[in-house]
Amino acid sequence: MLRFILRRLLLLIPVIVGLTIIMFGIARLLPGDPVALAAGPNATQAEIAALAVEYGLDQPIWVQYANYVSGLARGDLGTSLLTRRPVAADIAAYLPATLELVFAAMFIAVAVGIPLGLVTAVWRNRWPDYLAQVGAIGAISMPRFFLGLLLQLCFAMWLMWLPLGGRLPIVVIPPRFVTGFLTIDSLIAGNWNAFFMSLRHLALPAIAMSLSPLATIMRMMRSSTIEVMQQDYVMTARALGLPSRKIITKYVARNAVSATLTVIGLYFGWLLGGTVLVETVFDWPGLGLYATKAIVSQDMMPVIGVALVIGLLFVFANLVIDLLYGVINPKVRYS
Amino acid sequence: MTTTEHNIADDPGTPRRDRLRRALFRFSQSRLSLLGAAIVAVVIFFTVFGTVLAPYPDQVAGSVDTASRFLAPSAAHPFGTNELGQDVLSLVMAGTTVSVLAGFGVVLIGSAIGTLVGAVAGFSRGWVDEVLMRLTDLTLTIPGLILAMAIAAALGSGFGNMVIAIALSWWPGYARLVRGEVLAAREEVYVTAARALGATPKRILFRHILPNVVSPIIVKMSLDMGFAILTVAGLGFIGIGVRPPTPEWGTLLSISRSYMPDYWWTAMAPGMAMFLAVFGFNLLGDGLRDILDPKARR
Repeated sequence: MLRFILRRLLLLIPVIVGLTIIMFGIARLLPGDPVALAAGPNATQAEIAALAVEYGLDQPIWVQYANYVSGLARGDLGTSLLTRRPVAADIAAYLPATLELVFAAMFIAVAVGIPLGLVTAVWRNRWPDYLAQVGAIGAISMPRFFLGLLLQLCFAMWLMWLPLGGRLPIVVIPPRFVTGFLTIDSLIAGNWNAFFMSLRHLALPAIAMSLSPLATIMRMMRSSTIEVMQQDYVMTARALGLPSRKIITKYVARNAVSATLTVIGLYFGWLLGGTVLVETVFDWPGLGLYATKAIVSQDMMPVIGVALVIGLLFVFANLVIDLLYGVINPKVRYS
Repeated sequence: MTTTEHNIADDPGTPRRDRLRRALFRFSQSRLSLLGAAIVAVVIFFTVFGTVLAPYPDQVAGSVDTASRFLAPSAAHPFGTNELGQDVLSLVMAGTTVSVLAGFGVVLIGSAIGTLVGAVAGFSRGWVDEVLMRLTDLTLTIPGLILAMAIAAALGSGFGNMVIAIALSWWPGYARLVRGEVLAAREEVYVTAARALGATPKRILFRHILPNVVSPIIVKMSLDMGFAILTVAGLGFIGIGVRPPTPEWGTLLSISRSYMPDYWWTAMAPGMAMFLAVFGFNLLGDGLRDILDPKARR
């Protein structure tokens, strides 16, 4: 098991090298002059040149790349031209917000999607099932940013039940940084006001993010449940006179979930990269918003950094999922 | 698929028209697929004629009418007017052309690149396969939207650049699909037969193998069409992509954000158009998968 994990972690190295080469290639394509953009409209030619020297952007691309990779080994992701701060520090500040959003969305998707998938499989080809199937295609077709906008309009602007955006109101002092998840940090600090405030801010963006994975998880769970229900051991359990409810919860659900896990792992990565639009709608200070601002001002270092971090998290999430298979299904062995 | 089924399906005695009729019958049995086909037909109709049929064609071209800013929905303007006094319905109708054509372009270019990469990888195997597939896996780990945004920003704004940018983040799925299909197909008897007849590898790949693996590619293309439209709109929403006054759904929605909640109607038509178009393509894609790719049917 340990060897399995180590081997998978070693495989990350070519991923890092490949990702940085691709993103550097794109950076080279840039027709504009990011240095001039960052220096501002009133900067003189000499100031722009000085800034380029300061950030090493006057060097040939392969020298820049070599510098970047050697910095990477020390945990240095370069410096943002826009914020003038180290990219690693920026990402450390923005990543928890994105992760909190993704985990919350994933929680909703799993907590609702798996039971719904089970129920629709048990009731398959009856009207609740049809309704859920059409609803699922509708949910997948709904643009997240339009859904976010509708939720904002309904719950924040008309009903005024929930806040419009952001993570906390300015008047609320954020809890001490422990995990970076405001909900968890405020619980640790015992600050109930901040906890409820951050939960209220989290609700709408998390719902907007969760709808599409919820539908996919439901469909996946439905089809794997139907498959499991046709297995011999389910028939045996039925023949033994076990109550339906017990067969479903104890035997069918557990086996059906393991097939659904793969989807959950893939969706985790997809959500990490897909927060961009929802973060823009809800002004959520996460990686997506950070990357968008950087892209618009052609500031490539943060973009490379964000792509790298999300890519690594994606690979890591899939490793965790592979390990979870072993927990749920003892037949899976690692060698 | 068992051998018997295979033989029946490919029985030279069964005319092609008969098979098509059977597929059409199966398709028509699913009400949802028919609904999808109907929505897609409407969407394609507006893609072609949207700009011509728009009630206020001059406003589609960019003319403004400041006297009638932010009019609520009425008989003259079923979806109201926007901050420039333009008829929202006209803009959304004309926007269909940009959004759907861009989505189509993305799927077409993405599938072409992916099919080429996957076919070459699966057919040649060895180190070529290894290199191409590692590149594919790498591109898959980069979040698609961020990659597309970065390329789009690098290429500059405009319709063509946006389509190319998204397509360049879209091909890996096809590469993996086609490689798997080609790997399976190259062991088939007809490939051995073609080789025995002295066909060149290029001919075997493009004339014999690819036509036989085209069904799953078409299914994936139809399922991807909706998501491609969504991605195009997403890029427009962020402000990378087509620039106003060219009407595009994502851009229209993004502009309307500033006028919420008082002028909420400016958001409804572009948002609902996006949803309906994607919904239609997804329903149709599901239906096509059921008839073209029976293995994937659940």
